[in-house]
Amino acid sequence: MKKLVISVVLVSLLAACASEKPKEPVAPPKAAAPVDAAPVAETPAAATPEVAEKAAPTATAEIDQLNDSSSILAKRSTYYPFDVSVVQEADKPLVQAHAKYLSEHPERNVRLEGNCDERGSNEYNLALGQRRADGVKKMLILGGTKASQIKSVSYGEEKPKATGHNEDSWKQNRRTDIVY
Amino acid sequence: MLLRTFQSVVGILFLAHVSVVSAEMTIEIIGAGENQVPVAIVPFGGEGKLAQAIKDVIVGDLLRSGLFRMVDSEGKYPHAPAEVSYPDWQTRGAEVLVIGTVAAKANGRTEARFHLLDVVKQTKLIEQAVSADDVQVRAIGHRIADLIYEKLTGDRGVFNTRIAYVNRIGQKYNLMVADSDGYNEQIVLSQDNPIMSPAWSPDGSHLAYASFETGHAVVFVQSLYTGQRKVLADFSGSNSAPAWSPDGKQLAVVLTRDGSSQIYLVRPDGSNLRRITFSDAIDTEPDFSPDGQYLLFTSDRGGSAQIYRMPVKGGAEQRMTFGDGNNYSPHHSPDGKGFVYAHFSSGKFYIATQDFKTEQMQVLTEGGWEKKPSYAPNGKLIMFASEGRGRGILATVSSDGRVKQRIFSQSGDAREPVWGPYP
Repeated sequence: MKKLVISVVLVSLLAACASEKPKEPVAPPKAAAPVDAAPVAETPAAATPEVAEKAAPTATAEIDQLNDSSSILAKRSTYYPFDVSVVQEADKPLVQAHAKYLSEHPERNVRLEGNCDERGSNEYNLALGQRRADGVKKMLILGGTKASQIKSVSYGEEKPKATGHNEDSWKQNRRTDIVY
Repeated sequence: MLLRTFQSVVGILFLAHVSVVSAEMTIEIIGAGENQVPVAIVPFGGEGKLAQAIKDVIVGDLLRSGLFRMVDSEGKYPHAPAEVSYPDWQTRGAEVLVIGTVAAKANGRTEARFHLLDVVKQTKLIEQAVSADDVQVRAIGHRIADLIYEKLTGDRGVFNTRIAYVNRIGQKYNLMVADSDGYNEQIVLSQDNPIMSPAWSPDGSHLAYASFETGHAVVFVQSLYTGQRKVLADFSGSNSAPAWSPDGKQLAVVLTRDGSSQIYLVRPDGSNLRRITFSDAIDTEPDFSPDGQYLLFTSDRGGSAQIYRMPVKGGAEQRMTFGDGNNYSPHHSPDGKGFVYAHFSSGKFYIATQDFKTEQMQVLTEGGWEKKPSYAPNGKLIMFASEGRGRGILATVSSDGRVKQRIFSQSGDAREPVWGPYP
């Protein structure tokens, strides 16, 4: 009997997930803003120490914009609707800013890491995450970055930032990270 | 064929709910086959001296198939046909009886001798000796269960086969090989980076898989005998989804080196790499047909993830799945007549099968977080990744959808299971 209860709870949890509408429409630029806002607070804090460390040897009198937490370059992630891999309008300014920075700093390299939510098979999501990272790569190259400065990889659904079976977690995981 | 002799007595579907518990894991069985054979199994003479009782292994195997139910053997302990009083077992409702003895041999092996007896006709169905190394007593039980299953159902048993899967414990990823009941787990590879998509070579000697240990997905092939491994594909981007051809002479892999995820063929030593799909879409999860002539794969070329089929030699791709929802992870049935896959709709994953001829989808599970199905080599059971008690678990469903089991290991999230070939 205990096991039956567990199944019932599981089923209702999944039913709750189902009500989250997995296939949300492609968000217009303004509507996408809140999706962006949530993870941003985390990103600069996590990225800054690493950047400072790596930047140290090349540091000059000039202030590196990458270290400026108020710069758009402090934003290092693009976000996507379900099963979509093109860079969204809301994220284009930040990708373009990184393209400009990288074209002006040809000694700098970036690693683009595509991620997905857990809906889809692991292999399909690996492919989708790669397409997300490659979409950012194309935009960086269009903005003047050399292909040799960029490495793009995918983690698919294997390295989720948030682990819940709900849209709150999923929207954080549908992401490409720009890692210097 | 022989099962038919027993069908007259038990003809009603009823719900069995059995748990086989050990220190390491719990196995839950839900549902039952339409016609269950009532079996009595007497503890084997001498099994008290072994680390593992032979009877328990046989009972666990037969129950998990859903095709048998156990008749109490308490108070009766025959070990040879001459000691059997058939009327006693008829009174208890048993139709078949299993008796035997087991003993350690001088050469480091353990041998069991058993009889399968027809209680109704009072005849001997099997008399056989089965032996294994002392440390593999469970294998003896699995082999006996296979012989009983084969005699009574006419189908080959899969209790002596193995499975591979990935167990994630915190940040640790372990590539595991275990008996098909989840016991006898062995770690093939342990690391702090994800491991995906293990695939058995047709002879069971090697596993191919994708590992992220170098920072991106790279396909490796590893020997299960020597532990030695080598890189099969390591191009820029992602390398993944290995699948062996039935003759073991080539693998299909998915690479992004030329753009989007596309399917390539390659020899097991990494030579003769050639691309076989040419779309701008995602083409992934290739799976060879048993005759080696076709590949099933997942593609979003039509706008959503669906299953497609193409000749391995190249040629027109054909869409296989239609209707609402997305479909992923196709695996051919061993008879080549259909395939199993993960169906996603309205926020849930289901395990489903489809017949090539009728093109009808049959959903086998209630739905949940159910992914990555693969057939047992006899086609009667399907293993898949599921969830229970907040963890990733292994689960099976019979190919007719009647019997389900869930395997709870001690810790971690079990993912990416795949059933191995016959030994």
